[in-house]
Amino acid sequence: MMQKTSFRNGIQDGLPIGLGYAAVSFSLGIAMRTAGMTWYQGFLLSLVNLASAGQYAGLQVIAADAAYLEIVLVTLVANARYLLMSTALSQKFSQKTPYFHRFFVSYAVTDELFGIAVRQNGFLDPFYYYGAMSMAVPGWCIGTALGIIAGNILPVRIVSALSVALYGMFLAIILPPARNDRAVAAVVCAGFLLSWASGHIPFLSTMTAGTKTILLTILIAGTAAALRPHTEDDHDA
Amino acid sequence: MTHNIYVYILLSGLVSYMIRVLPLTLIRRPITNTWFRSFLYYVPYATLAVMTFPAILYAAESPWAGLAALIAGGVLGLKGRSLPEVAAVCCVTVFLLELILVHS
Repeated sequence: MMQKTSFRNGIQDGLPIGLGYAAVSFSLGIAMRTAGMTWYQGFLLSLVNLASAGQYAGLQVIAADAAYLEIVLVTLVANARYLLMSTALSQKFSQKTPYFHRFFVSYAVTDELFGIAVRQNGFLDPFYYYGAMSMAVPGWCIGTALGIIAGNILPVRIVSALSVALYGMFLAIILPPARNDRAVAAVVCAGFLLSWASGHIPFLSTMTAGTKTILLTILIAGTAAALRPHTEDDHDA
Repeated sequence: MTHNIYVYILLSGLVSYMIRVLPLTLIRRPITNTWFRSFLYYVPYATLAVMTFPAILYAAESPWAGLAALIAGGVLGLKGRSLPEVAAVCCVTVFLLELILVHS
C-alpha cells in the first residue's frame, strides 16, 4: 500500500523532530512549573496548541493572571505565521485527496512539520504527515509533562541550563533567514532593540509581556511590510 | 489566580487551531495582498526576536551565562545549524559558565 509507505516515511522524518521537540518542550515545562501549572495542565496546553512560541507567550499571560482576551490576542500574534504556512500547505493538497484530511493535517502545522511537508515532491500524502505527527506530537506533549515533573527533581544548575533551550530554538528559527534577507535581519534587530528599550520606557514598561509582544510585533512587521514588501520570487516557504 | 487555567488552555487551543484550519480549508488560492503577505512573512521574526531578548538574559541563574548563550546560539544560528543543535549548545554554554559564575 502506498499509504503504509508514506506513513513509514513520515515516521522516519518525524523522529528527529519529535526528539528535538521533547528537549525544547522540557524547558517549556520548567517555565510552566514556575508559573504554577501541574503536569497534566501542561500536557493539555501542549496537546491543544502544539506551538512553542504561542505557548510561551500564552504562559506569560497565565503567569500574570491577565484577562482572557489577552491570551486570545497573544496566541493569535505568536502563531500568526501558521496562517501563511497553512495557506501554503493548502496548495500542496491534490483535488483527489479527501477533504476531511485537511482538518487533521491542519491541527499539526508547525514550523518543522511544515518544513518537511513542503519538501515532498508533488502533492502531499496526508499519511506521510500523520506519520511525522505520530512522532512530533507525543514528543512535544510528553516532554512538557516531564519538564514540569522533573523541574522539581533536577539540580538548580541543570534547570538553569535547560531554561535557555527555548530561546536557542527561537534563534535557530529567526537567524538563518536573517543572513540571506537583510529585511529579516533588520526586523530581528528591531525586535531585540525595541523589546529591550520598552522595558525602560515608563509607559511601556508597565505593560504585560503579552501586550508588549503584540504591539511590537504589529509595529515592526507592519513597518517592514510597508518598507520592504516580500515578493513571491524570494525564497518563500 | 482569579482566572481559570482551563479556560486559558481552551481559548489558546481554539485560537491555535482556527489559525491553522481556516486557511487550509477555506483558502483555495494564495493571498494576493502584498502588504498582508509581507506582514505575515515578517511576523514570526518580529515576535520571536521580541520574546528572545532581553528575556534570555533572565532565563538562567546568571545574566552573564544568558548573554553567553545568546552569543553562542547567535553564531550557530547564523551558520544555519539545526534547531536541536543550537538549543543544546545554548544549554551547555550556560551550564559550563555557571559552574564558574554561580556558587551554590
